[in-house]
Amino acid sequence: MIVEVLELARWQFGITTVYHFLMVPLTIGLSVLVAGMQTAWVRTGNERYLKMTKFWGKLLLVNFAMGVVTGIVQEFQFGMNWSEYSRFVGDVFGAPLAMEGLVAFFVESVFLGLWIFGWDRLPKRVHLACAWAFSLATVASAYFILAANSWMQHPVGAEFVDGKPTMNSIWAVLTNNTALAAIPHTVAGCFAVAAAFVVGIAAWRLWRRRGEDDEHRAVWRSSVKLGAWTGVVAFAVLVVSGDFQGKLMFQQQPMKMAAAEALCETEQPASFSIIAVGDVSDADCESVKTFNVPALLSFLAEGDFSSEVKGVQELVGEYQDKYGSHYPDDPALGELAGKPVDYVPNLPVTYWGFRIMIGFGALSALVGVATLWLTRGGRIPGGRWFPWMALGSIALPYIANSAGWIFTEMGRQPFVVVPNPDPSGVDGVWMYTAMAVSRVSQGEVWLSLLSLTLLYAVLGVVEVFLMAKYVRGGIESVMPAKAAARLGAGGDGDQDGSGDDSGGGGSNGGSSRGQAGAPDDPDDEPLSFAY
Amino acid sequence: MELEVVWFVVIAFLWLGYLFLEGFDFGVGMLLPVLGRNDTERRVMINTIGPVWDGNEVWIIVAGGATFAAFPAWYAGLFSAAYLPLLFVLLALIGRGVAFEYRGKVDSQRWRRAWDKVIVIGSTVPPIGIGFVIASTVLGLPLDADGNRVGSAFAAFRWDTLLGALAVTGFSLLHGAVFIALKTDGDIRRRARRLATAILPVAILPVAAFAVLVQVRHGSEWTYVPLAVTVGAVLVAWWRIAAGREGQAFAALGVAITGTVVTLFGALFPDVLPSTLDAAHSLTVDNAASGDYTLTVMTWVAAFGTPAVLVYQGWTYWVFRKRIKTSHIPAPHTAQQVSS
Repeated sequence: MIVEVLELARWQFGITTVYHFLMVPLTIGLSVLVAGMQTAWVRTGNERYLKMTKFWGKLLLVNFAMGVVTGIVQEFQFGMNWSEYSRFVGDVFGAPLAMEGLVAFFVESVFLGLWIFGWDRLPKRVHLACAWAFSLATVASAYFILAANSWMQHPVGAEFVDGKPTMNSIWAVLTNNTALAAIPHTVAGCFAVAAAFVVGIAAWRLWRRRGEDDEHRAVWRSSVKLGAWTGVVAFAVLVVSGDFQGKLMFQQQPMKMAAAEALCETEQPASFSIIAVGDVSDADCESVKTFNVPALLSFLAEGDFSSEVKGVQELVGEYQDKYGSHYPDDPALGELAGKPVDYVPNLPVTYWGFRIMIGFGALSALVGVATLWLTRGGRIPGGRWFPWMALGSIALPYIANSAGWIFTEMGRQPFVVVPNPDPSGVDGVWMYTAMAVSRVSQGEVWLSLLSLTLLYAVLGVVEVFLMAKYVRGGIESVMPAKAAARLGAGGDGDQDGSGDDSGGGGSNGGSSRGQAGAPDDPDDEPLSFAY
Repeated sequence: MELEVVWFVVIAFLWLGYLFLEGFDFGVGMLLPVLGRNDTERRVMINTIGPVWDGNEVWIIVAGGATFAAFPAWYAGLFSAAYLPLLFVLLALIGRGVAFEYRGKVDSQRWRRAWDKVIVIGSTVPPIGIGFVIASTVLGLPLDADGNRVGSAFAAFRWDTLLGALAVTGFSLLHGAVFIALKTDGDIRRRARRLATAILPVAILPVAAFAVLVQVRHGSEWTYVPLAVTVGAVLVAWWRIAAGREGQAFAALGVAITGTVVTLFGALFPDVLPSTLDAAHSLTVDNAASGDYTLTVMTWVAAFGTPAVLVYQGWTYWVFRKRIKTSHIPAPHTAQQVSS
């Protein structure tokens, strides 16, 4: 039975985590961009930046909600589905998770609430500070969770006491070199998503009103520029940090490196294949044809074009010598007890995951630059291919991110906590995935997997529907007050009591004043925003 | 004091914060069809918790995370053994969170009606599920020597844990009614006050019954004190809400839930999750805790983090302190409003 529970729990973790990480990158990247837009508005008073803040902020909120609710599942399922894991590693792994909640999630949720509802109730600069608070908190949460994940890839700061890893240095855990490399890489991946999202939608808006007199054109032009440059910078960070990660992976998880290349035999120098035809999981590599760049894999691994990179077959022998060739004969492992351990990750997944990550990531940055070029000096391409390219390419960084995570998590199998190959101090701190799963019934995990997947699918459709609605509605859909205010709601748009807010909040209030009556009593003013 | 004890207290405090804060916003959700006679009134209700519900919800995430870090065996044992109630809580919280954010984004009666249903279900199921979970950890689960559940997936569903579920639900309902009376003005405020006064004895009965059950089974001498405080505070709450003093009634309910949580966790101590099969299998503050180093680190984090949270979360309530009435609710503000 444990094998079935294990399979189901892994599928659930995969589905819910990949799904959660569709929401999270846009939340992180766009939060910071929106805070930047609002800063530009507060500093310059230029209406264009307010419109950008309102429009992208609205899309951010539609997405934020989904990231928040799918995040709760992430924390709970460690205990529900992976209780043996939680029990084993909680002493170390629980700490960054608890810090994430206490330091990041509280700030994020409280200040997001203040930002959404505070447009006319907080002084302008305090309101802006709220935007920075929640956006930086999203980055902080990424830091803590990546420190936790990196510990599973490369355990440090712990020793083995009474059969369990026990933390002896939180500093080591929080400054794990694996984490310090993963953080810029992942956060840049988040900005790549936000960049493609902003460029794609803004380019579509430009194209849609290309022949007309569009009073908001400056908004979309600035958005394209901001997005494209963000994408370029993000890609540069991705390349540099990714290269750094590759070199750490070669030292820390040699099997994952071999699996990324589906490298059967040890090679010196090792070549990198751009693409393969045939079954890369073929044990002898005989049925596979690859198109290789000589010595590139050696360079990726060690920065030297002549290094040796070990192949899967040699590594299997090494792993068996170090960590044993069979699962322990423990009845708790069910059918797996005493069975041989398969140290080879799923090679088609790792091989293709690695290439999809790199290829789609690069393509995404390229499309951003192309859009920047195509819209230079006020140009707007007229062909139908342009909006298709712009909107379609939003998917690219999402696919790249998912592929990267699937690669890195599948590539560490059969371990849930990968042994540190330099185990001074952390000897014994590793765990097979098969031993991590809860002793619960199959029915429970089936119900959980199916109900969460179904709910996620429905909500995913709703989210895309709502986003499309706001994108079609444009600036008017997020600032309906503007139109009404022009029609003569009158005054200076500042009747909400917070004298320094003369922009969106104030004029929002102005729009509804006529409808809800009692303009003489400031207590009866409608709220500038309400659910 | 030993750090294990400190962390037991911290976790009890986090649960208290959660029950107190999200208790009322669950209540607001449950009462949506009862007190909200039309869409504007329902929006008044939702907007009393609009800026704060998400921050309130973080308390359960932190309660879970703190348990994971400080008592891994407690976290692992409870979350896997009380699987089904937690799954229902998760599904409900997912729907509810999205519902608040999405409800007003399409200007259609059908759309809002649909999300209203999600809010009601999403606010009713979690207190029930969380009640089962809290009752399970206080009253125990059938655990073996490894801290794993023995027996069926329904082990957490028993008559005594059902009483705990009713207790959390009843408290949330009442707390929500008082909160609406406190945060709104006009007709809806009067109706909320009347409703709170009327349902108080029934809503609070399972709380009292559950606290007494725990006291009788596991209580110490001293836990009679918080139990008595609970009873006294409930009576004060009833008296004050009937007199129209919503703020005082709300505070009295805060004292009541504090007394209850202290009774429950006081009676539980030094266990954290008793085994109903064999007392030797029970998880305790000693055998379930992380090492001293981890607890020390976490103590420093909590010592600075928790007061900060209380300050800025408290500040949100200050910013949004004004009562909301129907005249405050702007016209629906959605993407559909302007077609371009």
